[in-house]
Amino acid sequence: MSTPTAPRTHEPTAGQTVGPFFAYGTEFEKMNQVAFPHSPGAIVLSGRVLDGSGAPVPDSIVEIWSRDADGEVPRARGSFRRDDHSFTGYGRTFTDDEGHWEFWTRNPGPGDGRAAFFATIVYARGLPDKLHTRIYLPDDEAALAADPLLSSLAEDERATLVATRLPNGYLHHEIRLQGQDETVFLRFAGAAEDDLGE
Amino acid sequence: MTTHSPAAAPESLLASPDMPTQHQISEEIAEAHRNAADAEARGEHVDRTLRDFAPYRSSVLRHPTKNPKLVDPETIELFSPAYGQRDVAAIESDLTLQHSGEPLGERITVQGRVLDSWGRPVRNQLLEIWQANAAGRYIHQRDQHPAPLDPNFTGAGRIVTDDDGAYKFTTIKPGPYPWKNHINAWRPAHIHFSVFGTGFTQRIITQMYFPSDPLFALDPIYNTIPRQRDRDNLIARYNHDHTVPEFSMGYEWDIVVDGPDATWFEPEEGEH
Repeated sequence: MSTPTAPRTHEPTAGQTVGPFFAYGTEFEKMNQVAFPHSPGAIVLSGRVLDGSGAPVPDSIVEIWSRDADGEVPRARGSFRRDDHSFTGYGRTFTDDEGHWEFWTRNPGPGDGRAAFFATIVYARGLPDKLHTRIYLPDDEAALAADPLLSSLAEDERATLVATRLPNGYLHHEIRLQGQDETVFLRFAGAAEDDLGE
Repeated sequence: MTTHSPAAAPESLLASPDMPTQHQISEEIAEAHRNAADAEARGEHVDRTLRDFAPYRSSVLRHPTKNPKLVDPETIELFSPAYGQRDVAAIESDLTLQHSGEPLGERITVQGRVLDSWGRPVRNQLLEIWQANAAGRYIHQRDQHPAPLDPNFTGAGRIVTDDDGAYKFTTIKPGPYPWKNHINAWRPAHIHFSVFGTGFTQRIITQMYFPSDPLFALDPIYNTIPRQRDRDNLIARYNHDHTVPEFSMGYEWDIVVDGPDATWFEPEEGEH
């Protein structure tokens, strides 16, 4: 893919922390049910958000956005008003006091032949701006080996982006904001942020 | 009914361990800004918002220590969840109409447009806001500030942008808010905004401020943004043309999302 060559005309707005009191402003019904629980193909994707001391982060938001199981990019509306059958691809959840978060969703398909992942964003009190990351499915080793991002990483970094498949078919994944096994976070080519300082 | 309400965390989590003075925090802010300006002068990448920003004490164990990896966005990251006008009721953008009585405080409107970096409107995307009431109190259970709750004000609103990327909220001007980052710490009055772009890479959560607030220079959260022009861009403008006679004060604030979306890549989609 190339990036846009047209000149930017507007300076992007800077992000700020979500703060401690986001729950009543950002909660919506069934927000972590990207797929209807226990429907065919539905799995639980769960994990924790941890800080630099390994302590759970109890006041963070995790959002995921992914292709459907057939690889299609969801274009149906309804993530904000769940109809209990459409797959909208998008979900949001808050960590609990143990830093735990979970979604009902589906295994994303590979789409354009690349390794399948959940695009993921984390926000938290004490985190001055959003953090983008990816949660890759662990199953297709050839696709993972060919992935441009994963293949650019050291083995220990790569491990922070690949979920663990549990015996029941569900997925587990820890997000570490800081520390030895710190999750690999992303910034994107084509953003004005990418040009700053040049 | 909601799906998942977090239990109240221990209040101690919200207080900094050292409770420094405002003077010390202000000196730390100035030093962090100098370091960022020096790094920029050396041609280094400096984030628009600094995640490693010790004057905001809660960030100390919550910021990554490694630089984020620069990647080409994949297709899914260039699209965003789909919304439409029917996803949100019109009344949800008026925070003064959610209860049986009128909330206390200064009634205001906040309106503007959501644009991408090329000035194109971000259409049919969701904006969510939340804020303290006129006395500076959040309705959230963890807020221990001994200011009164307002039975006629919740402080949460939503809207879906129109074909021009435009939005308009009616609300109450929030009060300044005390917190436990340091001794005598007060947040400038602000409204939290959560915004979807047309690509997931453009997603942003930020805060909007009001003109001429005397707390700007003192606030470590506002100052996690090292460049003055970026900080200025978070401040709404007063617009007398938007003020409604004998009813509400008018503020204007545009939001610009960063990064490309799928429309830049459409001619290439067939190659995949």
